[in-house]
Amino acid sequence: MNKLLFTTVLLVVSACSHHNSNASLYQQLGEQEGIEAIVEAFINQIGNDERIFAYFADTHVSRFRDKLILHFCDISDGPCVYDGDNMVDIHTGMNITEGDFNHTVDLLIAAMNEVGVSHRVQNRLLARLAPLRDEMIYI
Amino acid sequence: MRILIIFSLMWAGSIAHAADGKLIATPGVSQIEGSAGGGIVPWAQLAGYASRDEIAGNVFCSRGDVSDYRLDVCGAQANFYDRVEFSVAKQRFRINAADLTIRQDVFGIKTRVYGDLVYSRFPQVSLGVMHKRLRDDEIANALGAKRSHGTDFYVAASKLHLGAFAGYNWLWNLTARHTSANELGILGHGGSDQGRRLQLEASTAVLLGRHVAVGVEYRQKPDNLGLGEDDWKDIFVAWIPNKHLNVTAAWLDLGDIAGAKNQRGWYLSVTGNF
Repeated sequence: MNKLLFTTVLLVVSACSHHNSNASLYQQLGEQEGIEAIVEAFINQIGNDERIFAYFADTHVSRFRDKLILHFCDISDGPCVYDGDNMVDIHTGMNITEGDFNHTVDLLIAAMNEVGVSHRVQNRLLARLAPLRDEMIYI
Repeated sequence: MRILIIFSLMWAGSIAHAADGKLIATPGVSQIEGSAGGGIVPWAQLAGYASRDEIAGNVFCSRGDVSDYRLDVCGAQANFYDRVEFSVAKQRFRINAADLTIRQDVFGIKTRVYGDLVYSRFPQVSLGVMHKRLRDDEIANALGAKRSHGTDFYVAASKLHLGAFAGYNWLWNLTARHTSANELGILGHGGSDQGRRLQLEASTAVLLGRHVAVGVEYRQKPDNLGLGEDDWKDIFVAWIPNKHLNVTAAWLDLGDIAGAKNQRGWYLSVTGNF
């Protein structure tokens, strides 16, 4: 029974993985248009969240939008080079807590759900972003 | 039962300001000795959704039902700042044929010594202690156990790899436990073979979405009483509809227990997080 279930899980997982397996993460995110939609939805999520919106009180929204699109494009192997400030400079002095960081990740996931990014593509983007956490919290 | 009702009320009353500082499903569920973990293995994660600035409380009840025995457990965990977890579990082990119940209490402390399950480069590592006391020790004594109470020490390492498996999140945990417990301690501690032993335990799971995980577990067990105590295995499916509730169902293969062969059956566990 162990083996049977494990084999079934492997089969399901490998069957799914053939789909789109050669596409870059940038393509899986829907390229420029898809990334713009994610960022737009993410900004709306933040705008509707009192707890996180507080961190954005002094943020210039259109600049934030442009730079985040560029960042997501760059980090997903798209044809862009992120030219904004580095994560440490942006977040220094904000003293973002671990709980608020993770809540913001929840908002990003909600945004991606809203615009129909598949679970597996969401995880791939999160995996690229995760190493940046140490440059963003408690500084 | 009264405790359960009180906890249920506390739970219902405090959902509004529950700790939610982690990704859904990542803290795991409640294992049968009270720790955060899988079903039978304690994991490195601390129970509930508390981040470094939060406190989380959880209550759970579980039932394992195999051919000749049934184990009912209810308990609670408190997680302080994702640093220390305190847990208590009250177990009732039912021997069907003898119409007999053995009760045991397990008190646990676990502390996170390194890392974050999701975000650190290396796995999260925790150290834990479980102190077990039998309330009914007649069977343990009759079978030749040396003591009716004992303490397990363990180290656990866990890691969640984002998008590792064709885009699915993959979790693994390894635990090494130094113990003299016979069948969790329900048959006492030690025996003709008195030594404490190092036992290895492992779990792995794939998260099929944000709300469903499927996995397998393995737990090595000692044989101090010379009754042919077997290692335990299970396959589980956990459903995590939100950060306040998880429900786990498993199929158990516990091998021989105290002479009764091929103990297989089902497991169901519910945890509330507040």
